[in-house]
Amino acid sequence: MDKFNRKSIVLLVGLALLLALPPITIAMEEAYFISLFSRIMIYALAAVSLDLILGYAGMASLGHGAFLGVGAYAVGILAFHVTEETAIPFLPGGWAGSINAVISWGSAIVVSSLFALVIGALSLRTSGVYFIMITLAFAQMLFFFFVSLTTYGGEDGINLDQRSQIPGLDLADDASFYYVCLALLLAFVYICYRIVNSRFGMVMRGCKQNETRMRALGYSTYRYKLICFVIAGAGAGLAGALIANQSEFVGPGLMHWTRSGEVMIMVILGGMGTIFGPIFGAVALLLMEEVLAAYTEHWMIILGPVLIFVVLFARRGIYGFLTGDGGRDG
Amino acid sequence: MVESILTVQNLVKSFGALRASDGISLDVLPGEIHALIGPNGAGKTTAVNQLSGEMQPDEGRILFEGQDITAFPVDKRARLGLARSYQITSIFPNFTALENVAMAVQSTQGHNFRFWENAKSDLSRTEPALEVLNRVGLSDLANTIAGGLAHGQQRQLELAMGLATRPKMLLLDEPMAGMGVEESRRMTDILLPLKGDLTILLVEHDMDVVFALADRITVLVLGKPIATDTPQNIRNNEHVRAAYLGDTS
Repeated sequence: MDKFNRKSIVLLVGLALLLALPPITIAMEEAYFISLFSRIMIYALAAVSLDLILGYAGMASLGHGAFLGVGAYAVGILAFHVTEETAIPFLPGGWAGSINAVISWGSAIVVSSLFALVIGALSLRTSGVYFIMITLAFAQMLFFFFVSLTTYGGEDGINLDQRSQIPGLDLADDASFYYVCLALLLAFVYICYRIVNSRFGMVMRGCKQNETRMRALGYSTYRYKLICFVIAGAGAGLAGALIANQSEFVGPGLMHWTRSGEVMIMVILGGMGTIFGPIFGAVALLLMEEVLAAYTEHWMIILGPVLIFVVLFARRGIYGFLTGDGGRDG
Repeated sequence: MVESILTVQNLVKSFGALRASDGISLDVLPGEIHALIGPNGAGKTTAVNQLSGEMQPDEGRILFEGQDITAFPVDKRARLGLARSYQITSIFPNFTALENVAMAVQSTQGHNFRFWENAKSDLSRTEPALEVLNRVGLSDLANTIAGGLAHGQQRQLELAMGLATRPKMLLLDEPMAGMGVEESRRMTDILLPLKGDLTILLVEHDMDVVFALADRITVLVLGKPIATDTPQNIRNNEHVRAAYLGDTS
């Protein structure tokens, strides 16, 4: 019960801080932080989705940025054609795009799920180091594809004229946008929380611990892992759609492997296999970047030792440290 | 004549120049405990791995309840009712003992695509699991993390997982491996009541165990079965004594 309480306190305090952030920062006349924290919430969403496959199913994907990028480009391309007033060339029906959030974010989720289905179907035939390498290769392939795709800006990407539109909400307002990001993060966290504790989730956790045993018990593990991979891809795609809106820019950099690496660092720093941990990881990493980068451009020199320390001494990352839950997998 | 539950026809498996399985043919009858014995390197585990689907034979066929399962993957064979345990303990070390067995129960129930309801509080998973744990004498340790159990208890747990899938046949690859005399006797006591209800193919080194449990014994030498008979006749078989029991008198 004691642990349960400590955990609840950590989560409630965290939630209260996130909810109170816009009024506080506005009062402090540091409204810039709202925009920064929108970005953090979005990366937290991506990190939670990676934790689902990395922390619970044992799939170390180093290509998660691919889905972030695909989601962002879905929003970017749809908005691009609205601005240009042209039809989307690769889709039938002469559709001239959309800036409606439901349509463009929905498209981002669908398209990134499809990419996850194809990439996962091929990658999951391997495991271990080969899985890391093949997911990395797919992400880099997409990266170079979009770099050379001059129709949509190539290396320079697409600048968005405006954020997506939700009837009754002004997303151009940073505080509103922040709350939308926070709400989507919380919704996704809740979904993941239910999933990892469900029957399906138990199958995933079994696969992480002992896939051979799972097969011997009669589970065709490939199917379960693939579905899990697609759910994670969908989450990252949504994060991509939001990041496009946050920065009002879409570029291939999102797919670069260093971005995938950053998301993985957030998961490890925050606590693998904890669902909530990656949020703490995203806050820590991006704040650290923000603060340290003001002093030196070589801020990674400080991040490195911190990460080594966490990996060596805090298996459950920041979250495990805060909740006192050194915890076990599974 | 009783129809056999598992029929193995002329199984061949080579690793380079080594023929680890050199034409294994075998019939396992329903309800019997059929032991597979042989000296080290006789190819017992290779044989079991082909039966469970972890290895593909180069030649030969495997029939389970009359169905050709030679090309079936491990999980499909398991779903047909062919369960196995491993020589090196294979459990979920970070789950509790109860969760380990619950995974086996869940496998037989299906419903694996339920994404929402909490699984751990689902009595349809945990009640049958507890019952099986009780049968192998581990119910007191149901909430202990499996990785923290003693070796012998982990072996019992693995057996419980096999039983919980309610298999038609169980492949046990050296269930007593690494066990002390006491633990070994305990395991024998657990297996003995299963006799008659469950078909078991038992690979085992411990001769006391084999003679205590087996209805029939097949002796494997250099990948070839040299005899299949009752324990009594195997004990008196000259070829077996010469090749395996190391007794030439």
